[in-house]
Amino acid sequence: MSQYGVVLFSGTQAALRAEKLLERVGQVVKLIPTPRHLSSDCGVALRFSWAEQNEVVNTLDRARLAYETIAILDG
Amino acid sequence: MDSSLIYLDNAATSWPKPPEVVQAMASFIAESGGNPGRSGHRLSLAAGRVVYQAREELADFFGLDDPLRLVFTANVTEAINLALYGLLRSGDHVIASSMEHNAVMRPLRHLQREGVHLSFAPCGMDGHVSLAHVEKLLKTQTRLVVVNHASNVTGTIQPIAEIGALCREHNTLFLVDAAQTAGVLPINIEELQIDLLAFTGHKGLLGPTGTGGLLLGERVPFEEMKLLVRGGTGSRSEYEEQPEFLPDRFESGTPNSIGLAGLLAGLQFIKSHALDALREQETSQLARLIIGLSNLPNVRLFGPRDPSRQVPVVSFTLDGMRVSDIGFRLDEEYGILCRPGLQCSPAAHRTLGTFPHGTVRLSPGPFTKDREIESVLEAVERLSAELL
Ligand SMILES: Cc1ncc(COP(=O)(O)O)c(C=O)c1O
Repeated sequence: MSQYGVVLFSGTQAALRAEKLLERVGQVVKLIPTPRHLSSDCGVALRFSWAEQNEVVNTLDRARLAYETIAILDG
Repeated sequence: MDSSLIYLDNAATSWPKPPEVVQAMASFIAESGGNPGRSGHRLSLAAGRVVYQAREELADFFGLDDPLRLVFTANVTEAINLALYGLLRSGDHVIASSMEHNAVMRPLRHLQREGVHLSFAPCGMDGHVSLAHVEKLLKTQTRLVVVNHASNVTGTIQPIAEIGALCREHNTLFLVDAAQTAGVLPINIEELQIDLLAFTGHKGLLGPTGTGGLLLGERVPFEEMKLLVRGGTGSRSEYEEQPEFLPDRFESGTPNSIGLAGLLAGLQFIKSHALDALREQETSQLARLIIGLSNLPNVRLFGPRDPSRQVPVVSFTLDGMRVSDIGFRLDEEYGILCRPGLQCSPAAHRTLGTFPHGTVRLSPGPFTKDREIESVLEAVERLSAELL
């Protein structure tokens, strides 16, 4: 079973920007409700394939898009 | 839609809108009607994506790298208020042109009472601001220069790139009111060295009313800007303090997502028809209007009278007839819709010497037909003949 990671952003529009940036470089990502154990916020988080972690981080860094947390999603 | 009407009031709001705009708004409300950025379910995300798409495409259209530095507002008036009240403090000095709209003048006059110092750069009879004057007025306390890109009274296009360069030299922020130019002239904030660009969605961008925004260039210290409104953003809900990050810091309350769906369609329409092609048609109609009106007796024409130096806005008066009567008769007798009076710009009319009566303003748009321009010229000719 492949593992997922999630990136948390400050706001939804930043998460939507990340979704577009990553889809443009061929990543398969999905916006999901922010997992409660990572944040009490009611926003969305971006789920990606954990194996792609480096590519995801590089893509966000290249666009200078700040994120709050990046974590492995268990279960 | 009454096809016998000749709509020459596009400087007030563009009409008709492209059918794509109507369609986009109808499908938005039917299909993606969630609250953008609030809930995270698929309809909420669908709405959020439309808002984001509009943000990204507009940012790109205006040469702004980071779409999150584009803040949506209800119109350009709110965007200008956000910039002026956000940045200016008692003791700061501001320079504006003497052709500004009340969207700039009224906040500035109010801020003046709060201790902000104002200077106005004079403009010639053609509405053109003198660069030498702007330079002379710049001092170390000058926090901001604000200029409208093109006048809503005479269409005069200001030397934005040159003023932008002056502002950089003097380390002053530069705010441009692009109400009349966004979607009409190409604007790249990096090339023109604009720090804050305020635009409205319902004129040249062909979107619906209730849309607009402010672009915050890299030099703008947005963390220091005062807010006009605070409230729910869908983010950081655990905190009772306003978030600091963009765009949420400046976007409290549910946005006009249906309006932004329409604005996005308007922008896409402009991009698919190419600004240059639209401009070419408008320029030839403008040239025809200028020549036609100049040849009529009793007509006084204001502004540059040069289609390459103005957006499609023409102001005139008829010696011996009140502007309100001209406007009324063009509407009643000829079905021609224009805007008589001061067009919310007393400062500009003082510059032109047309205060307090104002002028009759004709403003064609991308859907104006050549024969409609001929009809207008014939109508004004008949009115002017009555005065001989
Ligand atoms: C130069 C200029 N500034 C500001 C405005 C105000 O636009 P809005 O009513 O969309 O805020 C207008 C249009 O009326 C305008 O022409």
